[in-house]
Amino acid sequence: MKSNSAAVLGLTLLAGFLTAASARAEDAAPTCDVPAYLLATDSALQKVADAVKTGHPLDILVIGSRSSTISTSEAGAYPARLQAMLRDKLPSVAVNVSVELEVKKTAEEVAAGLVKLVEGKKPTLVIWQTGTVDAMRSIDPDDFRGAVDEGVVALQNAGTDVILMNLQYSPRTETMISAPPYLDNMRVVAQQHDVPLFDRFAIMHHWNDTGDFDLFSAFHGPELAKRVHDCLGRALSKFVIDAAHLNPAQQN
Amino acid sequence: MTTIADRVAGPPLAGPTDAVARDAAAAAAAASLPAISFPVGGERELRLDLFRGLALWLIFIDHLPPNLLTWFTIRNYGFSDATEIFIFISGYTAAFVYGRAMLQSGFVVATARILRRVWQIYVAHVFLFTIFLAEISYVATSFENPLYSEEMGIMDFLKQPDVTIVQALLLRFRPVNMDVLPLYIVLMLFLPLILWLMKWKADVTLALSVLLYVITWQYDLYLTAYPNGFWAFNPLAWQLLFVFGAWCALGGARRMSRILSSPVTMWISFAYLFAAFCVTLTWYLPQLNHLMPRQVEQWMYPIDKTDLDVLRFAHFLALAAITVRFLPRDWSGLKSPWLRPLILCGQHSLEIFCLGVFLAFAGHFVLAEIAGGAALHFAVSVSGILIMCAAAWLFSWYKHSADKSASPTKSTGGNADMAGGG
Repeated sequence: MKSNSAAVLGLTLLAGFLTAASARAEDAAPTCDVPAYLLATDSALQKVADAVKTGHPLDILVIGSRSSTISTSEAGAYPARLQAMLRDKLPSVAVNVSVELEVKKTAEEVAAGLVKLVEGKKPTLVIWQTGTVDAMRSIDPDDFRGAVDEGVVALQNAGTDVILMNLQYSPRTETMISAPPYLDNMRVVAQQHDVPLFDRFAIMHHWNDTGDFDLFSAFHGPELAKRVHDCLGRALSKFVIDAAHLNPAQQN
Repeated sequence: MTTIADRVAGPPLAGPTDAVARDAAAAAAAASLPAISFPVGGERELRLDLFRGLALWLIFIDHLPPNLLTWFTIRNYGFSDATEIFIFISGYTAAFVYGRAMLQSGFVVATARILRRVWQIYVAHVFLFTIFLAEISYVATSFENPLYSEEMGIMDFLKQPDVTIVQALLLRFRPVNMDVLPLYIVLMLFLPLILWLMKWKADVTLALSVLLYVITWQYDLYLTAYPNGFWAFNPLAWQLLFVFGAWCALGGARRMSRILSSPVTMWISFAYLFAAFCVTLTWYLPQLNHLMPRQVEQWMYPIDKTDLDVLRFAHFLALAAITVRFLPRDWSGLKSPWLRPLILCGQHSLEIFCLGVFLAFAGHFVLAEIAGGAALHFAVSVSGILIMCAAAWLFSWYKHSADKSASPTKSTGGNADMAGGG
């Protein structure tokens, strides 16, 4: 009898603790701050800096897969949010963000068409989001690195700045998609070609850890996606401004 | 020897089960033949069991979503991880057990025994695949999140179950976290050849293994997988660790003892482990990243797990050298009740490995269904380890009593247990 009541007490305490923990996660408004080290980069965006200094329009082309969009709300996806935030932060510059979706294409397939895309649009900066499709199809990481390498060189030769963006942090599919080799290889290419890497994976992981977003839970409407993309757009705008070394004086 | 995998896999896979049952019966019959039973020496290496048990715990923790316990796994403190330990010890014990069989009963009988073991591992793999299918199908039907609509594309293979399942049976379709057993199957398939060569000249065999490793790196050899891609653990590269384990078991370790006890080896190992630790520190504390010299980074990265990077292999060697030096074979702690659970897990490695993979799936499931807080993460990890220990204890109790009642004079139990890892 005694042990029974002890067990009940224990369970009650545990339940109370779990409820408290989940309630706390819900109460906290998502601030989605990103620690400075996740946005730090040694590489510079020279073309972006020049465009802003000389008053040229800042044309940004986002090349990505499905995770660069939200199917129900294009305007809520991070490229659109990036445009809004950059316009906000750089009022004197004509900022224009366009998106080129390469759905279900591996880095190799995208890299082959990059030059054509850039020739048509002549962007100042290309943000290349890649890795997800390759990870899902378990492409040989060496081949993946080769493809990203080739793509970055092609973009640089075409005269644009480049930012690489890696995979989303997706805890529910962690047992099915192996992200680490692709994250590592993107980091290597970014280092080799002195290109800033926007570490979307680490940033989303951080938000999940701090409780800003519960990325593990199964049932979410489009609201969570919109909030995450809004935060990604905000972090990305800060990343672009920092990597181009635009100080407040130039921003006005 | 019946494994947990055999029994539980029964209902959904009627065909193979019959075969397993027959196989098990044949095995039981074979075990009573004097030809295969060899004397159980008192030389059971508890250190091997201990570290294999540890590797199994670490593999289980690494397969769960990162949590507090993840910080205790060795992959956070150096280049190599539990997989290296597991494959090395498997090579060691397999060579030890089946090498003896080959000496005593000849090539054909030993090969037959090895193939029976391969079949057991194969059945275990298919069993785990079935569980994986169940899990992934559930996730596919219950997961609605526009944020991850792209990642959900991984479920597309469910649309072609005919192709997928056949490819899985051919070991070409392997979901993440299910790569170790196929590697193990391939390595074991080649064990008769390895042992035969070793009986002839052990050092030449090791040299050939190194040569194959070098050729694999030089010409980028790999095995393809389905629907595309490659084997996440390239057997052509990982065989080096397995053959090295076998070589150590068949006398190599004894011949290396002078090198191992030299202080120079110890200091080199310490220095290397420390350097590796510093490098891994920069992965987890990106704030430190700028301290890494760029040229070192460009030379070193990526550290390839698929092809068993030389840095990983060296890290394992350094760890092993230090361990052997500071943990003598007759260390009294090996008999302590505190390490007993680890040793028991190591002695039933195939069963506990499969159980670990299953528990990792189950843990994921629990965490996904009940919003996963840190406390629950921790609870899932700890209860998984407790279940593994309880199961290992049960197996060893069963084995012990079965052996006792079967035949008090011919106890093959110890060897079959060790073969458990082989």
